[in-house]
Amino acid sequence: MDHQQAAYKVEAYELLSELETSLLELEQTPDNKDLVDRVFRAMHTIKGSGAMFGFDEIAAFTHDVETVFDRVRDGHIPVTTHLVNLALSARDQIKAMLDGTADADRGTGIIEGFRALPAPAADTAPAAAAPATADPEDRAAAAGDEQIFRICFAPHADLFASGTNPLALLDELAELGSCRVVAHTDRLPEPAAFDPEQCYLRWDVLLSTDQGLDAVKDVFIFAEDGCDLSIDLLAQGPAADDALPRLGEILVARGDVTPAMVEKVVQEQKRLGQLLVDAQAVRPEQVCAALAEQQFLEQTRRKCDPPAAAASVRVAAEKLDALVNLVGELVTVQARLSQKAVTDRDPELLAITEVVERLTAELRDHVLSVRMLPIETAFTKLRRLVRDLSGELGKSIELHTEGGETELDKTVIEQLNDPLVHILRNSIDHGIETPEQRRAAGKPPQGTIRIQAEHSGANVLIRIADDGAGIDPERIRAKAVAKGLLASDAEKSDKELLQMVFLPGFSTAGTVTSVSGRGVGMDVVKRSLEALRGGIEINSEKDRGTTITLKLPLTLAIIDGLLVQIGAEKFVLPLASVEACVELTRQDVADAHGRNILNIRDRLVPYIPLRERFAVAGAPPAIEQVVINQVDDHQVGIVVDRVIGEHQIVIKTMNTLYKDVQEISGATILGDGTVALILDVQQLIHGLDQAA
Amino acid sequence: MAEHTDNKALHQYLTFRLGEEMFALDVSQVREILDVTTITKVPRSPAFMRGVINVRGSVVPVVDLRLKFDMDKIEQTLDTRIVVMEIALAGEVTVIGALADAVHNVMEMATGQIEAAPKIGARWNTDFIKGIGKHDDQFIIILDVDRIFSVDELAMVQAPDQTTPSAADQAAA
Repeated sequence: MDHQQAAYKVEAYELLSELETSLLELEQTPDNKDLVDRVFRAMHTIKGSGAMFGFDEIAAFTHDVETVFDRVRDGHIPVTTHLVNLALSARDQIKAMLDGTADADRGTGIIEGFRALPAPAADTAPAAAAPATADPEDRAAAAGDEQIFRICFAPHADLFASGTNPLALLDELAELGSCRVVAHTDRLPEPAAFDPEQCYLRWDVLLSTDQGLDAVKDVFIFAEDGCDLSIDLLAQGPAADDALPRLGEILVARGDVTPAMVEKVVQEQKRLGQLLVDAQAVRPEQVCAALAEQQFLEQTRRKCDPPAAAASVRVAAEKLDALVNLVGELVTVQARLSQKAVTDRDPELLAITEVVERLTAELRDHVLSVRMLPIETAFTKLRRLVRDLSGELGKSIELHTEGGETELDKTVIEQLNDPLVHILRNSIDHGIETPEQRRAAGKPPQGTIRIQAEHSGANVLIRIADDGAGIDPERIRAKAVAKGLLASDAEKSDKELLQMVFLPGFSTAGTVTSVSGRGVGMDVVKRSLEALRGGIEINSEKDRGTTITLKLPLTLAIIDGLLVQIGAEKFVLPLASVEACVELTRQDVADAHGRNILNIRDRLVPYIPLRERFAVAGAPPAIEQVVINQVDDHQVGIVVDRVIGEHQIVIKTMNTLYKDVQEISGATILGDGTVALILDVQQLIHGLDQAA
Repeated sequence: MAEHTDNKALHQYLTFRLGEEMFALDVSQVREILDVTTITKVPRSPAFMRGVINVRGSVVPVVDLRLKFDMDKIEQTLDTRIVVMEIALAGEVTVIGALADAVHNVMEMATGQIEAAPKIGARWNTDFIKGIGKHDDQFIIILDVDRIFSVDELAMVQAPDQTTPSAADQAAA
């Protein structure tokens, strides 16, 4: 039972977050009927499963909310901000109940709020009556297309000769809807007389489907000549008939027994099925089939909701991790195989390895995509945060999100949540001014926070920008001096001062509010990002706003990389940022007069001689290669000796011993078993900026 | 009495040679011993950090203990091995490899056979040494590998520029 309750909780938490998303969207588009339905369904499921697994309080509470949304669905209650507010607090209350931290009074207050909702006076009477009458109608309409068929499928003995597989036909039937199959073995001969090329079996199938008779007939379209087939419509919709047909009726209808025979045995007052068998009127299987039919009809009728399609499967995260690891190893082995095929120059082996390579790449993409989630899932929670906090602080703030479809590994997203919340709180509390202050500063009264997510090479960048007051470097200085973090006469540029917000125990707001300034500062944010092997940057302009950029590496991923060589050492450049490869001759170097700039299609592109940068011993070849990378908005070349080619690479994190070698974002294992380092192009360029 | 039995408690140690010196590691920290494979150098890291190798799918750093202990660098021989071990680094278990000129055997030593490292006149930084054992008239230095790669020691890694000046700097100089 505990296990089931835990499963209920997991499901309920998911439903609650879906509920929140739907409600927030509903506030934007109050006329959207789909959203109202989604809210209703989520509430309904929470209530239904709650009652089933012993969460009676949740069920009772949710019932009242659901009732309100049922009326919203019927159009009796309009969608207003007030309603959304109530529903959101109800959602929080349910969550608190799940957590076991609920305040009963608060719950009562919410319910009273719902009850006090204005109902149009004229509508009251019909509205009260409507649910009672509408309900069965709804149900009939919802399942109106659902029909139950009895299919008696008796293949001729020579069915196999025509190449028909009866099992495949049954599988096809099963795909049409819920189905129950009973096999009849009465035609089976003695083992000695058994001919494996003959079909001795026949089947009765009960199928509940919304696909219609034609779809059922289509299944048998190629087998019709090879079998005796009868398809009967038993019931139109699960609730069409009130009384279930009795066993005798069914058997009679199937032609298994005559009505007279049934009459006769019924009079003997024993169990009908047994009696019929005893009377040798029917065979036991026939009774079984008929009983099954009866049960099936009963079950179908009992179902209130049509069965939901299995659109998703819940899988433990560890299983996915194991799968990703296996694919990683497979990719490495595949690389070895490809290399072997190339060195052996065996055309047959080459052809096979090409197929293996393609399949591995596909498998890799699929497996990884299973674990990737759009970052939108993290943004949703933020929307709620902005909405609630800005209301609480009397500020008007609009949240724009872009790039919500950018996918990140699930584990990264989970750990990203807290830092994002913290940054956003800072923006709302300290960044964005009150509408009056904004008007006085000549800004629109409504503040804006933009969150953008985008891929940048092997990283994902998340930018959180507000158009608020910005951070005053002088205030940071004053604060830092007051806290003893900075000497009063220390010379620091504005940029350096900004970095001080990441120091432990730093908070610039003059007053401590309920929202922020509770002792956890940006240092915690920075640390949690570093734990993800990511980074954080801050830019701020006084009175113009603050932009915080989070950089997250795709740590656990497999990427396409360009393998390059310098001397004997091999490096990988993430292919995503590679634009082109060009040659670099001695003449080009001489022409640049030591400025390391290359003219490519009339654009000046700076380049980094990696051999020098990494102090690789030996002389460069006469003609070097420049790999042009697109980073942010500009192009930068990276000079290497030789470009080897494109490879799928499994990213392995570097040991913590090397965590300070920033130009290297990870390592990978090549086909020959050696290790190649993955270059962090952004960091390489960063180094270039600092040198300049 | 208790002390007496402790002194007789046997521990297993893996012994290996660097130059003329014999060293030992607690065998429970040793994962495996590998022949030397291709070591991929990591740029801008200290010289004693020789690079990384592939140990059955994991990327493992290899350190040169000779360089760490200020001994001369030598070319590898047929006897050179990589001792792969688990160390506790900042509270987490990390796998690293160490180059040894030769790996000898696993031997047992009683606690009583091991003495504390002398503080004065030691050629080695005594912080790295758990104790000194004696076997067949030869001294065996028992290393405290967790300490060798402790956070303080890693400070060296954090200043890569000083240990490996780039070619550009050399050209400029």
